[in-house]
Amino acid sequence: MTEKKLEQVAGNGLINRRHLLGMGLTGMGAVAGSRVLAADGSGFEIPQWSRQPGPGPSAYGAPSSHAIALQRSSGFTNPLYPGGGASRTPLQHLQGTITPNSLHFERHHAGIPDIDPAGHRLVINGLVRQPLAFSYEDLLKYPMQSHVYFLECSGNSGALLRGAQGGDVQTLHGLVSCAEWTGIQLSTLLDEAGVSDEARWVAAVGADAASMGRSLPLEKAMDDVLVALFQNGEPVRPEQGYPMRLFCPGWEGNISVKWLTQLKLTRAPAQFRDETSKYTDTLGDRRSLQFTFPMDVKSLITSPSGEMSLPGAGLYKLTGIAWSGAGSIARVEVSADGGRSWADALLESEARDKALTRFSIPWQWDGGNAVLQSRATDSAGSVQPTRDTVLTARGTLANYHNPCIQSWGVNSTGEVSNVYV
Amino acid sequence: MSMYRKLLVLLSAGACLYTLTVGAQETVRLGTPVTEEQLEGFDLIAEPDGSGFPSGSGTARQGQAVYEARCAACHALDGSGNSGATVLVGGDMQSEGPPLKTVGSFWPHASTVFDFIRRAMPADAPKSLSNIEVYQVTAYVLYLNELVDLDAVINAETLNAIVMPNADGFIDQSHLH
Repeated sequence: MTEKKLEQVAGNGLINRRHLLGMGLTGMGAVAGSRVLAADGSGFEIPQWSRQPGPGPSAYGAPSSHAIALQRSSGFTNPLYPGGGASRTPLQHLQGTITPNSLHFERHHAGIPDIDPAGHRLVINGLVRQPLAFSYEDLLKYPMQSHVYFLECSGNSGALLRGAQGGDVQTLHGLVSCAEWTGIQLSTLLDEAGVSDEARWVAAVGADAASMGRSLPLEKAMDDVLVALFQNGEPVRPEQGYPMRLFCPGWEGNISVKWLTQLKLTRAPAQFRDETSKYTDTLGDRRSLQFTFPMDVKSLITSPSGEMSLPGAGLYKLTGIAWSGAGSIARVEVSADGGRSWADALLESEARDKALTRFSIPWQWDGGNAVLQSRATDSAGSVQPTRDTVLTARGTLANYHNPCIQSWGVNSTGEVSNVYV
Repeated sequence: MSMYRKLLVLLSAGACLYTLTVGAQETVRLGTPVTEEQLEGFDLIAEPDGSGFPSGSGTARQGQAVYEARCAACHALDGSGNSGATVLVGGDMQSEGPPLKTVGSFWPHASTVFDFIRRAMPADAPKSLSNIEVYQVTAYVLYLNELVDLDAVINAETLNAIVMPNADGFIDQSHLH
């Protein structure tokens, strides 16, 4: 394909997404340079691994030793705050929409409890007809549902609100992941206990050392909330709440209480530490938004992204992820000129409710300065806001719930970095 | 669990599996009935309306020794903390620049102080304080914030009667979903 045939659809080199659908794109460069075997013209040879048998099957698989070593990144550890902290998903190296269980982001408030399910109980009490206790074995016998859902910490991308300089997409935005969650509809268990008429909220508590608690409106609890026992087909990982976690689709991650051990029906929120002192957003007038549950429509270009470098001018595939707590992703637009012009990206995955969607678009980089952005629209019609819009609406004191458009600057040497435009 | 109860559970489990196979709409009901009395040592939720609080009380004067032994390593003797995450005292939400958020300046409910200390503190040994010690330390943290006197008796009733300085500082967004 010659450059002449590429249909430019927005400024600074964005190419019609249809070129990714069968029209072909020859000469598209990977972000890291690639070597072509036998590029010197010599003959192709049978490689060594085709000449001897490899090892046999294994009990629990592991990635290829030749593949990039995918690693969660973790922040500092504080000896006075044992088990606190977070680890982040390497979004820049993942494709598709599912986060492998070993790479799902973590946030713990007192470490990961080592729970023997035989000694674990899920209690439902408070404003119910009959308080009940369920064992893990009990719960395994209930009908279950499976859904692919994203999970995002409401603190994700908060560094941008504070004017972070540099950083890769993992560091800046790695507190979002997506998995297939399998579990029991919470309403099934609440119905069994018999919710009293005066109940309006459910106080959920985990079995970790912090007994982390959050209050959930009953309306949501009776809607689509799961008691999840499986994650991508295997038992929920310890760092995700083994043997069971609450899963509140589309809502800030912290309310999907891990190691779930108690659900108490109440008239009003319990006003736990993690819904008053934390996970609230202070506005310019010094009042603070509380119980901000749904995560807003959002997208990110994951490649190229911060701290990568482009080997040279040429054709690239821009790709990233989009999601919304209010529904599915209807549209993702991409800009290569800092938001002056936009082109529709190709949605590579089916539109799923409250799940990650993968998008991509071809880009002809001319070797000059560029600012790459993506902007998502969800099925409710909400459009991802700019950073200026977020800061104007809320001021500079809020730390959580930042859905703003990410800008990646590309300079003439091909270095990609977080920028503000 | 009595043999009779065990038998019932087994029977009902068997019946449910059967109905699941035969008619998918049948309801599984495997929860074991429990009483709130059985949950007294398990349910740690202490709410702003006073429900869930254990009996007992404490004063700041009584709490000082417990605080100094169990809390001061992270929170400092005067509550000034050893980091932004552990400061308990001071701050003003109306200050110029980013306000220092502490129990005194930011927390909207006094119940949360008791609830959080009882479930999560001290961070290196959560739930190692007795209920009385939790009342005492709660009183001491409030005293350091000049919200109660040294000898004020803090119990479920007096604690929840305290109007925290930032009680009106929050906007409930829970209707937006």
